[in-house]
Amino acid sequence: MPKWFFPAAILCGVMFLISPLLIANAPNESTMGLVYKIYFYHMPSAWMFLLAPLICGVSSALFLARGRPEDDRRAWAAAELTVLFGALTLVTGPLWARRAWGTWWVWDARLTASLVGWMIGWAYLILRRYGGPGSDKLAAAVALFGAVNVPFIFLSVNYWRTIHPPTTVVPRLPVSMGAPLWFCVTAFAILFVLLMTMRLRLEDARTRLDALYVALDD
Amino acid sequence: MIRSALRFRTFTRVLLLVASVLCCVALPARGAAYQQPPPPQDEFVAVGDAPAPEQLPAAPLLIAAYVVVLAGLFAYVISLSRRLGGVQRDVERLEGDLKRRAQR
Repeated sequence: MPKWFFPAAILCGVMFLISPLLIANAPNESTMGLVYKIYFYHMPSAWMFLLAPLICGVSSALFLARGRPEDDRRAWAAAELTVLFGALTLVTGPLWARRAWGTWWVWDARLTASLVGWMIGWAYLILRRYGGPGSDKLAAAVALFGAVNVPFIFLSVNYWRTIHPPTTVVPRLPVSMGAPLWFCVTAFAILFVLLMTMRLRLEDARTRLDALYVALDD
Repeated sequence: MIRSALRFRTFTRVLLLVASVLCCVALPARGAAYQQPPPPQDEFVAVGDAPAPEQLPAAPLLIAAYVVVLAGLFAYVISLSRRLGGVQRDVERLEGDLKRRAQR
């Protein structure tokens, strides 16, 4: 692991330990009350869920253009994080919505596009696992769709009729709500980098293992 | 002839089953589509310590959300560490095998 990995892991762990205290001290929201505090973990998860398919899509485009295996490995790692953070977002969102909107789910543009994005992440992983030879390029093409879906997920709340809060909520947050949110976003961003590093390390080790098997056969 | 009739009957049954499942899913959704959703919330307003009136208890949902996130992340880190450890052990074993073969 790189030198910065363990200090960053400790910092991330400490931030996750502190975050409940900051969240508990944040004021309740006037209409949603206590349940809005799901936001402090829901939104950072959702942002990582948007970042991961972008990395996956850009790396896949590079892999299709240049054919370098490290781009493919980065795309695979990012696809797994897409599924992880997508699952966290799609579970915490309905838990919040049940109390705030009175329903677990609505088929609006934001939620539906998020579900589609998450399923594209699954499609990528299933293709890589069971697709056989040539599945790397096919999965890379799937990842492009996942990346194109990201701006649609982000902006959909501003253009379509929905009960999901628009993107203007974040810049207009009062400091008492914004400070814990940005703290959590930082913690999730560090965690994302750490998980991505670990996942890439796994792919590198697998590549090394394949090379060793070939060397043993020769 | 009999076989094709049986196939057709099975196909019709499957079709009916699919149609009834679709009806069960689509009809409530159609009804829900006519309900006017509340207007979107443009900004979050901080309030003092007094919570807003709540019909559904918020605390279990809040706790469930945090438990899901932390448990999910923890499970993924454990899974990743185990996979990484397993592959690294295999790499070390094969490197040892290669070294022994080279010495022979």
